[in-house]
Amino acid sequence: MRSAAQIALDVRSGATSAARELATSLEAIAARNDELHVFLHVDHEGAAKAAAKVDRLVAEGQDPGPLAGVPVAVKDNICQRGVPTTCSSRILEGWRPPYSATVIDRLLGAGAIPVGKTNLDEFAMGSSTENSAFGPTRNPLDPTRVPGGSSGGSAAAVAADMTPISIGSDTGGSIRQPAALCGIIGVKPTYGLVSRYGLIAFASSLDQIGPFAKNVTDAAMLLEVLAGHDPLDSTSLPEPSPALLAHVGDGVNGQRIGIVRELVEGADEDVVAQVHRALDALRDAGATIVELSIPELRLGLSAYYLIAPAEASSNLARFDGVRYGLRVDADDVTAMMEATRTAGFGAEVKRRIMLGTYALSAGYYDAYYGQALKVRTQMIDAFRRAYREADLLIGATAPSVAFAFGAKTDNPMAMYLSDVFTIPTNLAGEAAVSVPFGSGEAGLPIGVQLLGPGRSEARLFAAARVLEIADGRP
Amino acid sequence: MSSPLRREDVAHVAKLARLTLSDEELDTFTEQLGQVLEHANDMGALDLTDVVATAHPFGLINVVRDDVVRASLDRAAVLDMAPDAQDGRFAVPRIMGEAP
Repeated sequence: MRSAAQIALDVRSGATSAARELATSLEAIAARNDELHVFLHVDHEGAAKAAAKVDRLVAEGQDPGPLAGVPVAVKDNICQRGVPTTCSSRILEGWRPPYSATVIDRLLGAGAIPVGKTNLDEFAMGSSTENSAFGPTRNPLDPTRVPGGSSGGSAAAVAADMTPISIGSDTGGSIRQPAALCGIIGVKPTYGLVSRYGLIAFASSLDQIGPFAKNVTDAAMLLEVLAGHDPLDSTSLPEPSPALLAHVGDGVNGQRIGIVRELVEGADEDVVAQVHRALDALRDAGATIVELSIPELRLGLSAYYLIAPAEASSNLARFDGVRYGLRVDADDVTAMMEATRTAGFGAEVKRRIMLGTYALSAGYYDAYYGQALKVRTQMIDAFRRAYREADLLIGATAPSVAFAFGAKTDNPMAMYLSDVFTIPTNLAGEAAVSVPFGSGEAGLPIGVQLLGPGRSEARLFAAARVLEIADGRP
Repeated sequence: MSSPLRREDVAHVAKLARLTLSDEELDTFTEQLGQVLEHANDMGALDLTDVVATAHPFGLINVVRDDVVRASLDRAAVLDMAPDAQDGRFAVPRIMGEAP
């Protein structure tokens, strides 16, 4: 499939049409969706209307925007008016939101064509899409393996060339880890850079919407469209969308890049080898490599698995059979709520709601939730110290290549460890990018993670571009 | 090391969270949640008395908008997606009365 940048250029020049690009995307979806289970819903009617509008603007001599006619896949925890939005949960099955997320309006405003909603772990809780109530997504590169998660559908859509770009959400690694496992770029932007209005909340202090793409330029272009202040999100950063595309070619000459011991330890050998190969590439491009240890990162997993469930237990209280989605009838309202939630939520969601309720309950609050919030402070301080010695940090995205279905489903703790390298960035509210770099076991792709302080996206994309070129994708 | 979590704790938390668990689920969840809490013991061992808690990465500041009337969601469109509605309101089963 052609890049998003190329498609937009050709649509704007009239060399192709949005309708033709949409047809290509829909054909690719039709060819493999039964096998891979990437899309939960394809919005044929809405996409055709959006494409017709773009083509009409071009015909009238107007500019439809930087993503003119580019098909985009949307994770199914992001609301789009009138289009079924399920969070891959029975509790929201059949619900059609009466409003759109800000990112949907931004995509449409930039001329992009949202083609449909992609599969995820229920309420974005998981690392493999195996927690979807509607069945897992398969990895397009090896259908016997998971695509990662929770944004597995959005990663697979791009990896399978169904759409050139897609959007997901990242609470503890849910964009970067599936990007790594599917061999594409995934970006977790600085907290507040992209509006969360219309993203169904999992853990509000950690959630962030971000892009998937096959190349760095497309990712930067998409993030420029998504980013920028939104008065509808009170945690939205106050400034307009930053210039990213203009800095993709900046390189890393003179940059100090810190290899962090805690962001590779425990990873498989093939993964560690690629991180070291990436260091060589960055050094060759003029960067200085600094070796760092940030012991506080080892506490990230523990803190995250108390903070995220605590916030989830509060956020998911709204699913009670009253205002939207499923209702299981019962004689009185309390019994109705309990029956609805029991029938509507899957096992992982129940686990996290209970864990969070426990961590917040009287007698345990200080020992668990309170302690986790203090560890979060320590992590932020530790990152701050590290960024005095390095401009960017580097490590692995995930401990291994894509794993087989069922490999971790019986052991939640093993599944949680998939996110051990990605979680710290969310706790600190900072930015990180996963870049495909080399391959490992069974020829499967490996993701290298670049991390930066808040608002460092331009620098991260420049470094990611250096790795992309070094990995043979000029 | 024994789990810090007891079966009755899980049953209590499930009740608070409005979830019904079978006996089998209670056993499984007690074990699985216990493992997560055990992992969290690495934090519990730290003396963080003087550390300030962070609930939000950049600190939350109240954001207010101008107090002007503007369009909100269409009531009919919202109620149309509700499990039950009556007279322009969400409808629910009996709230008051005898316990079931």
